[in-house]
Amino acid sequence: MSLKSPLGRVLGLGSAKDGTDHWLAQRISAVALALLGSWFVVSLAMLGTVKYGNVIAFLGEPLNGVLMALLCVTLAYHSYLGVQVVVEDYVHTKGTKIALLIVSRFAHVFVAVASVYAILRIGIGV
Amino acid sequence: MPNTRLREGSINMRNPGRPLSPHLSIYRWPITMALSILHRATGLANAVGLVVLTAWLIQAADGPDAYLAFTRVMGSPLGLLLLIGWSLAFFYHLSNGIRHLFWDTGRGFEKRQAERSAWAVLVVSVMLTAAFWLVML
Repeated sequence: MSLKSPLGRVLGLGSAKDGTDHWLAQRISAVALALLGSWFVVSLAMLGTVKYGNVIAFLGEPLNGVLMALLCVTLAYHSYLGVQVVVEDYVHTKGTKIALLIVSRFAHVFVAVASVYAILRIGIGV
Repeated sequence: MPNTRLREGSINMRNPGRPLSPHLSIYRWPITMALSILHRATGLANAVGLVVLTAWLIQAADGPDAYLAFTRVMGSPLGLLLLIGWSLAFFYHLSNGIRHLFWDTGRGFEKRQAERSAWAVLVVSVMLTAAFWLVML
């Protein structure tokens, strides 16, 4: 049984009017990270070492480089979504909240771009 | 005691005398509540760990010397302790995340089920962390 009004069911929106997209994005990136994260720790365990030569050889493989870049970007995205919820939950001063959200977004985009750039450098060898 | 400020119509949230509904501090912590709080805490820890992961990649791209400097810092006792902590946070957030995804299908909400899956998450995340470091060290 649903407590939704017929109009509410047609519009598909809750009382907040949005937020479903945020919730969904968090779940979908979580599914991606469960796969990519498992791939990463299993790969590390199979390498069994983080010596320079082994790491460079591993990340230099095209498929590994692509998966690593996907992992880093998805981590940054999922992390941004999570930090955003934490800030919105605990910071109630409007100015501070907006400032923190902007700083968090900048930091996460920076981390995503910096890691992909580093992976590209390893792959291309510059 | 009557609240004059409220009667004047100005609702002051900072009034310490206002009646409060029971909150965190009043309950005996059920295991499920501890895990819920841990999920958020480990998520934040992982956000910080992401910076270290990125630093690892940058140092690897910079060449053997930069990489050695990085592994020397992270291979120190304090560095290793942090890495083990981050790996535990990662495995916990991963295991409990899968528990959350399972919940999203509408299943597993019975009290006994939720408590059992909570313990399973704790055991699995500790075991994965232990297995990972047994291989890596």
